[in-house]
Amino acid sequence: MERSLFKAQRISALLLAPWVLIHLGLILYAVRGGLTASEILARTQGSVFWGLFYGSFVLLVTIHAPIGLRNILREWTPLKNNNINPMCFMFGLFIFVMGIRAVTAVVAV
Amino acid sequence: MGDTSKSKLEVRIWRGKDEGGFSSYFVPMRDNQTILDVVTEIQREQEPALAYRFACRVGVCGSCAMTVNGKPRWTCRTHVTKVAGEGVLTLEPLRNLPRIKDLVCDMSAFFQKWQKAGGKHVGTATRKDRPALVDITNPARVTANAAIECINCAICYSACDVVAWDKDYLGPAALNRAWTLVNDERHGERDETFDKSFGEGGCSSCHSQGNCTRHCPVEISPSESIAGLKRAAFSGLPNTGSE
Repeated sequence: MERSLFKAQRISALLLAPWVLIHLGLILYAVRGGLTASEILARTQGSVFWGLFYGSFVLLVTIHAPIGLRNILREWTPLKNNNINPMCFMFGLFIFVMGIRAVTAVVAV
Repeated sequence: MGDTSKSKLEVRIWRGKDEGGFSSYFVPMRDNQTILDVVTEIQREQEPALAYRFACRVGVCGSCAMTVNGKPRWTCRTHVTKVAGEGVLTLEPLRNLPRIKDLVCDMSAFFQKWQKAGGKHVGTATRKDRPALVDITNPARVTANAAIECINCAICYSACDVVAWDKDYLGPAALNRAWTLVNDERHGERDETFDKSFGEGGCSSCHSQGNCTRHCPVEISPSESIAGLKRAAFSGLPNTGSE
């Protein structure tokens, strides 16, 4: 299992790196241009591109973050794997639900 | 104890187990004097009850490692002039291992982790077979050779901060050993060793801080070996030419 988690975390990091840069660039663009919330929503609602982009973003974070959290908890707390694994699974589920909820709110028509 | 003139070296040595303190001894400064020479002189002439380990005295057996002025070193090949800048030596047992007495540690956990990392060589031939003809130009063999001269001194294990905070971590030496076996065409359990090196506390726990490589007295790079194991997670086992 450790090897699979190691690979999943590295591959998700590889894919997340450009996604994060695009996301940051988008924030700078939206803020500098002074776009209002409704102007942003007008651009994102119904957009298949942004739906796919942020949907995959959420999926990658759902894979990446719980594995990292698992490593931190393993190294820095006395908790054992049989406690840490379900905790991190629930954390991943929480990120996924919240993330998809946010994407839906921005993209759904 | 006694004279503190410039021609004398002050040696502070940890006495006791976990509870204890430093005792100071003074020995004459000599040319070509190693740390092990100094400890031996103190034990033979001043403190017969001083516990320490050594065997070969020439950097082969790996048994005399200690913490010298805060850094893990092989004491038989470390000259006093190299490390005692102010004329003071502070000697402690290796870090990250249970202390037994004075400068002696319990090495059991260190060697048990070699086993846990799949460090036992499993032969594929019998004594009736001819010796294996190993192609020394094969890249896997070259990789194994670069990591194979480990003397089991536990200096890397002592220098590693991950070992300090994660008791399950197998440590640089055990993983370095696993990497040599994964690259060894004569090893009969390359897959098993690779699997074990990726088990709990295995190579994925390494933070690539490089303390192991920095302190290794025989200039092996366990960091590179561990990186090799990590890369093999994606690229598969190295081709030893025997498949």
